[in-house]
Amino acid sequence: MESFDYLRNLPAIAPEIGLTVLSIIVLFLDVYLPESRRRDVGYIAGFGLLTLAITPFIWGPSTDPEAQRLFWGGMVRHDILAQVFKVIVIISAAITCFVALETRELARRGEFYLIVIVSTLGAALMSSAADLIMVFVALETTTIPLYILAGFRRNDVRSTESAVKYFLFGSFTSALLLYGFSLLYGFTGQTNLYEIAEYLGSEAFAGNSIPVLATMVLIVVGFGFKISAAPFHFWTPDVYEGAPTPVTAFVSVASKAASFALLVRFFVAVFPNTLIIDGQQVQAFFLQLVAAVAVISMTLGNVVALAQRNIKRLLAYSSIAQAGYTLIGVAAIQALSLDDPALATEGAANAIAAISFYMLMYAFTNLLAFGVVVLFAEATGSETIADLAGLSRRNPWMALVMTVALLSLAGIPPAAGFFGKFFLFNAAVQANLVWLAIIGVLNSIIALYYYLMIIKIIYVDRSEDDSKPIAFPLTSAVVLGVTAVIVIILGTVPTVFFNWARDAAMQLFS
Amino acid sequence: MTEAFNFPVLSIIVFLPIVVGVAILFMDSKQRDLIRGVALSTAIVLLVLSAFVYLNYNANVDELVAQQEAILEDGGDAPAARMFDAGLAYEENYEWVPALGIRYHVGVDGLTVPMVLLTGMVAVAGVLISWRIEDRIKEFMAFFLLLVAGVYGVFVAMDLFLLFFFYELAIFPMYLLIAGWGWVKLREYAAMKLTLYILIGSVVALVGAIALVLTASNFFTANPTLLPEGAQAFSFDIEQLMYAAELGAFSQPGYLGIESLTFGTFWFPFIFLGFAVLAGIFPFHNWSPDGHVAAPTAVSMIHAGVLMKLGALTAIRVGVQLMPDGAQVHLPWIVFLTLVNVVYGAFIAFRQRDFKYVIGFSSVSHMGLVSMGVATMNTIGMTGAGLQMFSHGAMTALFFGCVGMVYDRAHTRDIPSLGGFVKRMPWVAFAFVVGGLTSMGMPGLSGFVAEFPIFTGMWAASENVVLRIGNFELTNYYSVLVIIAALGIVITAAYVLRVTGQVFFGEFNERRYSDVGDITITDRAILLLLGVPLVVLGLYPNIMAPMIEAGVRPIVALLGGM
Repeated sequence: MESFDYLRNLPAIAPEIGLTVLSIIVLFLDVYLPESRRRDVGYIAGFGLLTLAITPFIWGPSTDPEAQRLFWGGMVRHDILAQVFKVIVIISAAITCFVALETRELARRGEFYLIVIVSTLGAALMSSAADLIMVFVALETTTIPLYILAGFRRNDVRSTESAVKYFLFGSFTSALLLYGFSLLYGFTGQTNLYEIAEYLGSEAFAGNSIPVLATMVLIVVGFGFKISAAPFHFWTPDVYEGAPTPVTAFVSVASKAASFALLVRFFVAVFPNTLIIDGQQVQAFFLQLVAAVAVISMTLGNVVALAQRNIKRLLAYSSIAQAGYTLIGVAAIQALSLDDPALATEGAANAIAAISFYMLMYAFTNLLAFGVVVLFAEATGSETIADLAGLSRRNPWMALVMTVALLSLAGIPPAAGFFGKFFLFNAAVQANLVWLAIIGVLNSIIALYYYLMIIKIIYVDRSEDDSKPIAFPLTSAVVLGVTAVIVIILGTVPTVFFNWARDAAMQLFS
Repeated sequence: MTEAFNFPVLSIIVFLPIVVGVAILFMDSKQRDLIRGVALSTAIVLLVLSAFVYLNYNANVDELVAQQEAILEDGGDAPAARMFDAGLAYEENYEWVPALGIRYHVGVDGLTVPMVLLTGMVAVAGVLISWRIEDRIKEFMAFFLLLVAGVYGVFVAMDLFLLFFFYELAIFPMYLLIAGWGWVKLREYAAMKLTLYILIGSVVALVGAIALVLTASNFFTANPTLLPEGAQAFSFDIEQLMYAAELGAFSQPGYLGIESLTFGTFWFPFIFLGFAVLAGIFPFHNWSPDGHVAAPTAVSMIHAGVLMKLGALTAIRVGVQLMPDGAQVHLPWIVFLTLVNVVYGAFIAFRQRDFKYVIGFSSVSHMGLVSMGVATMNTIGMTGAGLQMFSHGAMTALFFGCVGMVYDRAHTRDIPSLGGFVKRMPWVAFAFVVGGLTSMGMPGLSGFVAEFPIFTGMWAASENVVLRIGNFELTNYYSVLVIIAALGIVITAAYVLRVTGQVFFGEFNERRYSDVGDITITDRAILLLLGVPLVVLGLYPNIMAPMIEAGVRPIVALLGGM
């Protein structure tokens, strides 16, 4: 047996090591600093995370197609996809910390930052997990801290309720997922995703696809919960509404992005295009399953969002719909025929790149929207959409930033959402899923209605408080301002980011 | 095309209003005059640059015609695409998202040059007529300039993706302008209705456009020798797509496994009608009158004057120009819709009591003539359509300007309660009469110059166009349609005369309108700016017709007509 070389393996988990160290520092400072200076913990967490967001580049994956990708005994895969999503989740955590600094209830509680960092650690591992064991451990490392965060406002019934609901749904779907994993292990005797695929492709399953399909259903249900796709979304509105808003922002972005990374990696590795059981039954089934979930998520999310009065609930349903759009891309990965493998890989790479880009832009966009909600609620104590009336006169900057976020969610240029949706629909059309793309674009019109309504309320509607300005604290002004600029940059010159995402996709197949 | 100056004039035209618009958002909202001044000077710069582009293009049009004829004579591959290429001027072409074949490619051809000029005119007129808006003038001007930028962007886009980018970019400021500054009773409803109508049409067209690009890419991948040197197979470039169209990439039978179906025949109705929604085509015209009435005057002007042309132009550019076989199959029935537009629109306009609704429905009617001109699929009819786009743009903006001026002073738009305004506002009355005569198609004004070729084109097309539904064939019906359409003009005359008589010449109510005064100098400037081109074009159509003809010739060549 080959000896284990630590130094070769370390770069693969460099950000995770950094996150662990940062969490220890935060834990220590929380005890060490007096109450009055406890807020500094938040700054340290935020800047620490921002610094760590660079580590995936410093210890980046090799671009050599022949290079070793699996590290730590096959537990993690060190590739560009992991790099993309690690950057997304770490930056999301940093922005969450900065936004939380502005709230009375979270700013001085060091353990909040600690739990966010631990959850980020899990999400970062999820982005690169390549083994069933690692997948599950990473998932739970991400999710268990989130249960705690959702119930962070102990005196608030809604918060506690949301935590319990989140926990019950979460543990139930985790159990389903685990059952799916155990079936996979039982069939193949392997835990490594890439080796499982080889066994599935062997003669053993020819003509016996039912167990494989059942496993697939279990796993899709498990991931469906994490990305809050309908019909596994029931926790979403209550948790989004009940949890402290910075937590909602984090849940909606980091855990979702990491879950999509995992979903893509898992299905590309375990059920690749080249896997043939009973013809292309596996691919066809996966396609139908994912397309159905996508259509239900988009439609349900958008239609129910129309009726919402609370901005957090609206964003919850909107995030269900956004998961639906992204699933269009997931469906497109498998939709390509085997007639021309090069074309199939090209198309699948475009689809994965579209998903990665969408998650990148969605992370910034949603954090921007939730950031404004946090500041607004902190200043006025209200989370009702109608109370946003006159925001453009109370704080024009905040109104502008919120508009950029909403336009991006709606997919209107020059915000990033336009390119994001375009890439997804483009992938769908390339994969011969024109009908799915049409449902997608029609849904984006329904969505446009409620996003435009909010913009209208912000700019047009009058309120009694028009003359009472809302303060924009310096830190969050800078953070949200930069985020808004990033959203515009992603929406006007996306080339660099899209190519990055495409490289990530291509490496999945190398 | 020879270009008189080599700076990126089109990029300046597109990005100047964006930059200034955003800058205005950051200005102090108390400095109203400064904001107005900045907006006006920007609009004037745009107008000057647009006029520059127009005059320069016009100066070279003879040379272009000679070039196009030479291309036609020497034959060779893809003459239409080469003619189109010859007609492009002021091109800029840079990579944008190379992985997906998206480029920043702008340029103008004979069809869009008049539209660029029109946009400049309406931009200046719009800023001027909004001069007295006091409520949130800063946001108004900023959004207005962003809207202008989006409109310019669509007109000059030579990349399909870029076209959609600007198309959607234009929608959002328009929504806010109508919802924020429109007529209180109707604005929220109308703004949302308009936005949703237009976007539904455009997003369906977007999916069709992606499918189109993919089909072209598959075609070039299968026939790599046909791919222009250095080009990417998967590309949103309109020139390359037109080249693919001419080589038959979109007319290969067996699309979706159905033998008689081609890509073009399947997608044409979705793409053409998807864009034509913005041109107010029946039965998707319903957003237009409400939208125009609810909008503040400047937005009505730019909306009816320019945005509806955007719909017509994109319907031609993406629909007819890229899917000629689809056009040949579907335009013969779409022409019935345009006929409904012309006649029904005029009839409904006749029945309105609200001054602004009359003009709103008249736009539906006149834009029907544009679509009808397109449906002729011959040079003369399509040239008429191009002329009508410009003529109607200036005319309807003039109309909305007149309505706005009357409404600002009389505070009502109810036609029966207005009367005799010629006494107080002779300029407005005169301008309205000029506009009215234009819309009736009076010789000597631009309406005649535009409508006459459309009707002639219809007549000429009658022999060639065949409508096939299954085994049923309908021929020679264009000549019948054109007679009915001409009746629409009679109804137009009726409502124009009725409104003119009632509002401007009827009895003046001294008591009620005692404080109504004459218009200001800026208002006069607006009337001149929009009215004079109607007369000039009417008396001397040669300053625009050859250019538009040069623009439609490649399209007609693609359609196999003459």
